[in-house]
Amino acid sequence: MATSTLNPSEMAGAAPREVAWGRVRPGRRIADRTLKVGCTLFTVIGVFALGWILAMLLVRGLSALTPAIFVNITPGPGTTGGGLANAMLGSLILTGIGILVATPIGVLAGTYLAEYARTSKLAALVRFINDLLLSAPSILIGLFVYALFVAPFGGYSGWAGSIALAIIAIPVIVRTTEDMLRLVPNGLREAAAALGAPHSKVITLVTWRAARSGIVTGIILAMARIAGETAPLLFTALNNNFWFSPTLSGGVSNLPVTIYQFALSPYGNWQELAWAGALIITATILVLSVVARVLIRKEAAR
Amino acid sequence: MSLVASTDRVTAYAKTGAPRRRSSGTGAVFRALNFASAMLVLLVLAGILGSMVVGGWPAFREFGFFGFLSGSSWNVGAERFGAWPAIAGTLMSAVIAIVVGVPISIGIAIFLTQLSPRWLKTPIATAVELLAAVPSIIYGMWGLFVFAPLVARSVQMPLNDVVEGLPVVGSLLYSRVPSGTGIFTAGIILALMIIPFIASIVRDMLDQIPPVLRESAYGIGCTTWEVVRHVLLPQAGVAIIGAIMLGLGRALGETMAVTFVVGNANRLSASIFDPGSTIASRIANEFNEASGMQLNALIALGCILFLVTFSILIAARLLIARVGRA
Repeated sequence: MATSTLNPSEMAGAAPREVAWGRVRPGRRIADRTLKVGCTLFTVIGVFALGWILAMLLVRGLSALTPAIFVNITPGPGTTGGGLANAMLGSLILTGIGILVATPIGVLAGTYLAEYARTSKLAALVRFINDLLLSAPSILIGLFVYALFVAPFGGYSGWAGSIALAIIAIPVIVRTTEDMLRLVPNGLREAAAALGAPHSKVITLVTWRAARSGIVTGIILAMARIAGETAPLLFTALNNNFWFSPTLSGGVSNLPVTIYQFALSPYGNWQELAWAGALIITATILVLSVVARVLIRKEAAR
Repeated sequence: MSLVASTDRVTAYAKTGAPRRRSSGTGAVFRALNFASAMLVLLVLAGILGSMVVGGWPAFREFGFFGFLSGSSWNVGAERFGAWPAIAGTLMSAVIAIVVGVPISIGIAIFLTQLSPRWLKTPIATAVELLAAVPSIIYGMWGLFVFAPLVARSVQMPLNDVVEGLPVVGSLLYSRVPSGTGIFTAGIILALMIIPFIASIVRDMLDQIPPVLRESAYGIGCTTWEVVRHVLLPQAGVAIIGAIMLGLGRALGETMAVTFVVGNANRLSASIFDPGSTIASRIANEFNEASGMQLNALIALGCILFLVTFSILIAARLLIARVGRA
């Protein structure tokens, strides 16, 4: 038997008990190696893809990034130069209004799920629908807002775009708010209730405060999510190469749609601007995501 | 111990419906506000479905539901609209994305939970999650300017030389214009986009499996492959299928990245390397210039996309939730 342990090919059919210490059948070893090498390789591919995309953005974006971009407005077809000032301001406004609309609704709905109706059937349904909306195709939300606001009122507007963004942001805020409120220890609620505080005071003065940084994280995550959204703005806020009107009616220029149109255009200066815009928007979003992650880690450490 | 007891008490307290204080006006208003916000979430979903059905109704009535579904021509001039080329393009690109993306995602999840040295875990997990935060137009630009030329040069051209004239393989893999844009490229970009989602869910699932199962398998002499194959994957099996379906839902509805690289052809082609279109890319391309029946047909396409993605997402959430509870 001692010789057969040295000769792995004869060991193939042997009972596991007879496989001597340290010696593993080649088939098993190969399967194991394949798994380890394969998984490592796949991870390298994933990290490499991120690196490649970021490198491309940096190389082509930095060369196109000039101070003029922050001053000049988007150029018309067949002109030279130009900037992204109107698109950047438009994006800020659309995202800002979107977050302003989404925050109260999202936080209150999350509070309802976590504080008022933890275990009710209705809450389970809302939670489920919210999870669905979290991964709903954003172009459908664009269509919905088009049917709801653009078609009946006969025109594109920044308001419609902001509402479309808000609809995308709400599920993110609902989810994180509920999760963060659930992390608040019940002792705090009980202590406040024992002092005679009504439920609404317990929530606003105790649990919201305890979960504040977590809720803010959710809002930042929602901001990162909607800042780069393009599809829902295509038929709501539209896009153009002018300064938008202060009432936000008519098309409102915005960075994502500008990038989309300029990148696919045949004009050299448009493509340059698209790269610069892509770099700006990606850097903003990555910074927001990293800030949110750091905040969450701090919250978890507490 | 005391924590568990107090959780039970508060859960009971929440179940019975909180303090019913008739006197507290602000409390009632606050509660009503919370409730209304939660209901708004339900209303949004109903609104999306409603607007799709109402907007698409004329197209469904004109061509018949199944007639619209299976119609293969999309002719704006003649007002003939059929959804099949877009549906086929959507399905084909999503299938490519799943076939390419799922093994890579599961590989990353296994690497992160089983193989990675401790110091490497956080950086890689962060990198993969940042990949999810990158907006889809960026993927589109990368696909169009970097990846598509690469596909044209090093996949399509050599492949054309090999498969030209072959019976079945030839029609599946031959590209008439090796430009790099097409269903295949769209599928690969989609794979890249769904990897972070599937990988992070599968990683969470693998992390939740009690370590004692893994340790006892190693204890009886299993190799890492055997632990993964016979202990971890069966434990997380249903949830992994749920995660894959979640990724599928995302791949079906993704718009901007696909619009950049899919080629936007209205015809249906047998080859996966030829330009095509997906439901979402067709809507993104044509909606702003559409009017009359074309508008209705596009919304009807949206309705189909809604029904397909939401059924898949519902199934995915149910599968994941079942494991989460067990």
